[in-house]
Amino acid sequence: MDIANFLLETGFWMATIRMATPLLFGTLGELICERAGVLNLGIEGIMAAGCMAGWTWVYLGGDLWTGILFAAFVGGLFGLLHALFTVHLGLSQHVTGLGITMLASALSSFVFRMLLPTATTPPKIVPFKPFPIPLLSDIPFVGDILFNQSALTYLAFLAVIATGYALFRTPAGLALRMAGENPMAVEAQGLSVFSIRTSAVVIGSALMAVGGAFLTMSAFDAFYIGMVNGRGWICIALVVFSSWKPGKALLGCLFFAAFDAVQMRVQQQSGMAIPYQFYLMMPYVFSIMALIIMSRRAAYPKALLIPFRKGER
Amino acid sequence: MRIEARENISLTMKTLSPVMAVGVAMAVCSMLLIWANASPLEGWMLMLKGALGSKFAVTETLTRATPLIFTGLAAAVAFRAKLWNIGGEGQLYIGAVVATWLGAGSLELPSYFMIPYLFIAGALAGGLLLLIPTLLKTKLQVDEVVTTLLLNFIVLLFVNWLVFGPWKDPMAMGWPQAAPVVDSALLPQLLARTRLHLGFILALASAVGVWWFMRATTWGFEIRAVGASPKASRFAGMPVNAAIVRTALLSGGLAAMAGVSELCGVKEYLTLDLSPGFGYSGIVVAMLAALHPLGVVASSIFVAVIYIGADSMSRAINISNYIADVITAVSLLAVLVSMFLAKYRIRWR
Repeated sequence: MDIANFLLETGFWMATIRMATPLLFGTLGELICERAGVLNLGIEGIMAAGCMAGWTWVYLGGDLWTGILFAAFVGGLFGLLHALFTVHLGLSQHVTGLGITMLASALSSFVFRMLLPTATTPPKIVPFKPFPIPLLSDIPFVGDILFNQSALTYLAFLAVIATGYALFRTPAGLALRMAGENPMAVEAQGLSVFSIRTSAVVIGSALMAVGGAFLTMSAFDAFYIGMVNGRGWICIALVVFSSWKPGKALLGCLFFAAFDAVQMRVQQQSGMAIPYQFYLMMPYVFSIMALIIMSRRAAYPKALLIPFRKGER
Repeated sequence: MRIEARENISLTMKTLSPVMAVGVAMAVCSMLLIWANASPLEGWMLMLKGALGSKFAVTETLTRATPLIFTGLAAAVAFRAKLWNIGGEGQLYIGAVVATWLGAGSLELPSYFMIPYLFIAGALAGGLLLLIPTLLKTKLQVDEVVTTLLLNFIVLLFVNWLVFGPWKDPMAMGWPQAAPVVDSALLPQLLARTRLHLGFILALASAVGVWWFMRATTWGFEIRAVGASPKASRFAGMPVNAAIVRTALLSGGLAAMAGVSELCGVKEYLTLDLSPGFGYSGIVVAMLAALHPLGVVASSIFVAVIYIGADSMSRAINISNYIADVITAVSLLAVLVSMFLAKYRIRWR
């Protein structure tokens, strides 16, 4: 088994970039929520809802891009619910988030079963095709890897830049980060902590849902119940790993996806020397290890998990 | 909008709030029934009838409530100490794994030794599994929510390997399942021709035991105090980390007992569908009970009624039984709000 060999294959690197896409959307979405001071454990369910919403939209005759918008809209709605409970009522972010995950996953499965009660094999849609960027995709090796991907993948990379710029170079981004560090200071500026946090959670949740939609509309072409399979929880670990910075989040997602691509190759090559279940465990084990490594340096937003109440110290 | 704390919270408000939450959940899910072209009233009646309409239905509901009592207690104990154990599912499976390891023929004991032995060994394994994320929390400040969640996936893949690999029962016609536990490990039936088993009595006893432990012992008091305010507890000289570790052992142990009870009481062999998410439903059960150990019994039965009722309703009218998951999720969110409204009032102005 020679890892060096497939490190030179374009197929391997293309797979890495492809597999990083849903993680990127999810991690950025969670990062935006947490920067504003709200932990969003609804991510796993919101990704499932995005999966299901985007796919259903296209299955029922809509086109792909409005499908993505619809998935984002559904994600935003669940985000709004999370914000209503955790920001406005100040309820436990842990329990509410788990509740949102349960609700969003259950509703996705329920709606899917109601639409297709008898389907034994999930029906397929025509997913996003690779969209080679003219000229750039002709560069040998790198061209295929970076510029012959699905349009959603480009969008994910643009989202990294946009999030970084918005968070660190705009007044709105400053206000958002301040809401997560020192909400009293936001209020002293005459801004509303409630509206900042609510917008952050809604936008973040919409991004998570697009990450989910990528799974059914680009990576695969059908919806399965349980499709997200812990990707949301991995994103939460990746946010800690990234120290709440979009650039590092990109690195973390690529590293993870590369590792995932390696394990898939090794799984095919090694002739079952190690049972495949142990390879499948690796992303989860790695997430836990990432959390342990970062634990000493973790610089949590100071007001994360702390509800803000007007006039209360 | 302004939120004010109420000066005194009446007992009626406290007891009524879960009931209100259930009412809201039923109203929301009635809309789903209408969307599916079913009459809500007929739907709810079918559910009630399916879950409580006959002696057999009642025993099925109580059988389903049994693992929920264990996982609900596990969540209630942990959440009291603000230890966010979301790993009930993994702990349940590890309990079942250990019970299979010891109970599927590797040793012969009379059943009055075998059954306690399997429960204790399983509980120990569950407690130790939760100890990993708990020590990471107390020693390194690693958030336990994510680590316990991720451990669920790892444990499930481990079970997957066992039942497809080394533990695959050659007598099972190719199905991925381990060998059945020996006869002396089986939990006796409580009523003839039903599936209700001794595990239910053990679950009730555990609820009373946990209630007494949390209420009347120093360790129980410490767990509650650490949950209410770790700073104040430390200031009062309590061993905060030791209390959290004890909570973890108790909580993980209780969740694992759900696995042993399902294995030895219902399924008899280890499979990947041993638990349809009992670990996660336990969180809903605990929250509906406002983390009260005796309340857990009532809310487990309520959640079991929903699942058994939804199964029978989905057979009678054309509706997916995933509606049960929707109802429990909405109940969880609704109970959060109603408990909040019992403590605070909202002033619009």
